[in-house]
Order: sequence, then structure tokens, then C-alpha cells
Amino acid sequence: MSQSTEPNLPEEDVPESVTRRKTLISFGVFALAAAGSTGLYKYIADSKNAMGVKRPLRLVMNENEAIAKTYFSNAHLVPTFDPKQAARPARVNGYEGIKKPVADDWQLQVDRPNAEPLLLSMDAIKALPKHEITYEFKCIEGWSQKQHWAGARLSDFLAAYKLGTRSGNAPNPDQPDDLFRHVGMETPDKGYYVGIDIESALHPQTLLAYENNGQPINAQHGAPLRLIIPVKYGVKNLKRIGRIFFSDERPRDFWAERGYDYYVGL
Amino acid sequence: MKRIVHKHPLAIRWFHWINFPVLFVMIWSGLLIYWAYDPYKIQIGDYVLLSFFPDSFYKALKVPFRLAEGMAWHWVFMWVFILNGILYVAYTFISGEWRHLVPDRNSFREAGQVVLYDLGLRKTQPPFVKYNGAQKIAYFTVMLMGIGSVLTGFAIYKPVQIAWLTTLLGGYEAARLEHFVLTVGFVLFFFVHVIQVARAGWHNFQSMITGFEVVKPTDPERPVNQPVTPAPTSDPLSPTQPALS
Repeated sequence: MSQSTEPNLPEEDVPESVTRRKTLISFGVFALAAAGSTGLYKYIADSKNAMGVKRPLRLVMNENEAIAKTYFSNAHLVPTFDPKQAARPARVNGYEGIKKPVADDWQLQVDRPNAEPLLLSMDAIKALPKHEITYEFKCIEGWSQKQHWAGARLSDFLAAYKLGTRSGNAPNPDQPDDLFRHVGMETPDKGYYVGIDIESALHPQTLLAYENNGQPINAQHGAPLRLIIPVKYGVKNLKRIGRIFFSDERPRDFWAERGYDYYVGL
Repeated sequence: MKRIVHKHPLAIRWFHWINFPVLFVMIWSGLLIYWAYDPYKIQIGDYVLLSFFPDSFYKALKVPFRLAEGMAWHWVFMWVFILNGILYVAYTFISGEWRHLVPDRNSFREAGQVVLYDLGLRKTQPPFVKYNGAQKIAYFTVMLMGIGSVLTGFAIYKPVQIAWLTTLLGGYEAARLEHFVLTVGFVLFFFVHVIQVARAGWHNFQSMITGFEVVKPTDPERPVNQPVTPAPTSDPLSPTQPALS
């Protein structure tokens, strides 16, 4: 470790009045700083809530999103594992929006600007290239579990149906201004809903999933079609997608309304 | 006239006292987060020695069902903790203050002697300049723990964007456990630190606020005062002059 000599501490001979004054000033500043930090705490604690959390905290969390976006990249992939390591069955956590059985005539509705909503069957999704992923699904509660999912890339879906853009063309990475800034999704009964930034939606590991462990998704996991988005906590992985839409404003988000961070990007 | 020794530079005092409430907020909000998934325990065979944490503990501290609140505070004050930590480390390095802090090869032997002295099993404590060997090891370690908390924290905050870090730390679950263990370490440090500061007395404590301490030549806790002379440079590893402090 250190080879240098530890120097002696500087010493000084001073009149007692000086030590007394220094002490008084130091303790005065200390008391002020203590009062200041108590004041800061009171200021935050007494602030109004912004979507279930103190407004100053919400504002910083929104800034955190801006910071996180500076290093978000489609090249940053969630680590993947052998499907044999996946949990069987995958853990179920939460029934918001899927408490009643899914309707027999389920269709995926996609809202488009200046056009009629698209109404699609599962066959339309399955016609797209199928991708599998085994990764650690991460719950905002803190637990994680290796899970095996399969489905179509959301980015492929948006490209195939020319969605998510103002122009009505397929999303083009060279024209980011043409993209709406958010994707909204909700369950058919609107009991659960999420908003996702377009960058995370277009991430290559974001799937419209219809299989878990090689089998069609069961009712508890959100049959027939759910979102699997490894760059987000589980709360954004909406089950039983009923409607997809695009907007520049943040779409409403079930857990963000209850005090959680909106972005929750991993 | 009084002889004073300038012990803690102003910057160090600010870093110390900013860190205290900020680290408190981080630990408290961390507890609110940990509650939502609290699997850790110390177990010998089937016997649970220590569970993190019993329901009564959570209840007494009003922890349950405050995950969102905990995350909000944690993700705001982490920046203050990081910034204060970076400034502290940079200052310590640039100012040369690290020479008082970083343990050397003698520190571990000295630390043992300090422990024996504190337990009343040894009559004298080894001479020291600012911090004794045990203090150097403790304060330097707690600084490293701070860096560890930031790294393990980011590994669980952005496990996809910074996946290399998460992998380096043994994976997502391992990083969460490491983050937790470090936090327990901070709490243990805090208790020992407060007890030792209380034992060391008022003059030592107030020097963390005023920066200086009045030298008492006859203080039995401090080996005899010496005239201010530069420490010998020819043989830096020999025990230094009895400490002024």
C-alpha cells in the first residue's frame, strides 16, 4: 500500500479568543446546515403528490429518464440463457385487467392517426417471424426469474403494419422525428394499462409474446397475446393486449399513477 | 495562548456531514424497497439464526407497503450520495489527505493493538498521527464500501443497459445481495463509529465540526506532545513520533 510518510497535522498557537470564535462560527454553520437539510426534507415531505409521489421526487425521476435515455441502446441486450433453465411454470403476479375470461372474439385493436383502427387476429401476429428469448424477468418488487417466451418482435410488427409514425410509413431509425414518442397498451377491459417510450418498444428483444415454455400463453399469463419487454420491470409487461395506440404525450400508466416511476427502464 | 492542531479540513467536514443524512435516507428508502422482496437470512442447517427482517421489525419502523415511496427517495438521493462521494474521493486524493487515511503495512498490526487497548488488555496504544491503524482500516474500507454500493446499485438499477457490470458482479440476483450486504455493513459501521466517537469524547467529536482540536500535552489518551518537526523521510516505515492529535 502507501509508501509515503504520513505528514504531521499542522499546529498553531492562537489566542483563546480565536478558538472561541472559530468554535462559535463552526457550530453556527453546522446548526444552519442541519436546519437547512431538515427544511429540505420538510419541503419534500409537505409537497403535493404528482401521480402518487411527492412532486419534487417525481420531477427528479423524470430527469432520471432523460439521463437513462442518453445511454439506452438497441445494442444493449438483456443477457439470455438456455431455455432449459427457465422456470416451469413461470411465476404469476397480478391479475389487474384479466380478472374476467377473455372474450371468444378477441382481436387486437391498433389505433392509427388518420385511419381506421386495425383489427387483427392472432394469425396476423403469428405470420411474423417468431423469436424466442430466455432471460431474467425482473419484477419491480425485487424478485427475478428466468423465463422462456416466444412471439413476434414488436418492431417487426410496427414495420409490417406501418405503425408508430406520423407519416404512416414503417418506423425508420434515420427519421426519429417521424416516430410518436410513446406506445400505449391496455387490456380489453381497460383495467390495466401501460405507456412505453418508443425506443424501448423498438428494442429488438421487445416481443408481442404468445408462447411461454413452448406452449400458448395461459389465461393467467395474459392469453392470447401479451407484451414481453426485457428492458422494463414486469409492471410494463402488459397481459392480454386489447388495444395499442401511439402518442407524444405519455399514455396513462397503471403503476405510475400509483406512485411508481414512469420509465422504469432497466 | 492555546496550541491547536488542524485536524479535519473544511471540505472533509462538509463531505462527512452531508453524507450522514444522505446515507440515512438511502438506507431507510432501501429498507422500504427491500421489504417488497425480503428473502435474505442467515441460516445454519434448518435453524434460522437471523432473518432480514422479522415482521415486528418492519411494523415498528412502519416499513410495509411503501415500495414506490422508497424507490422515489432512493432514485433521487442516490445522485447526492454519488456526487458527494466523488468529491470526497477526489478531494482526499488531490489534497494529500489520503496519506492520513490509506492503511499501510503497519496498520493491521496497529489495529490489533488498538483493539487490545480498547478492550483494556493493553496499557498503551501505538502512536499515530491522525488516525490509528484501526481507524485507517475502518474509514478506508467504508469508503470502498461506498464505491461498492454505487456499483452494485447501478448493476441492479440498469441490468440491461449496463449488463457487463451486472455480469461482472455475478448477475442480477448476486448484485442485489451484495448491495444489501454492503448496507448491513454501513449500519454496523455506524454503530461502532458512534460508540467509538462517544468513547473518544467531546474534543474529538467537535473537531469534526470546528476542524481543530486544542492540544492537551498531558492527555493520557494521546501520547506526549512533541515539537512540530517533519517526519523522517529516510525510514518512512519506522513508527512515527508519538502522535499529536
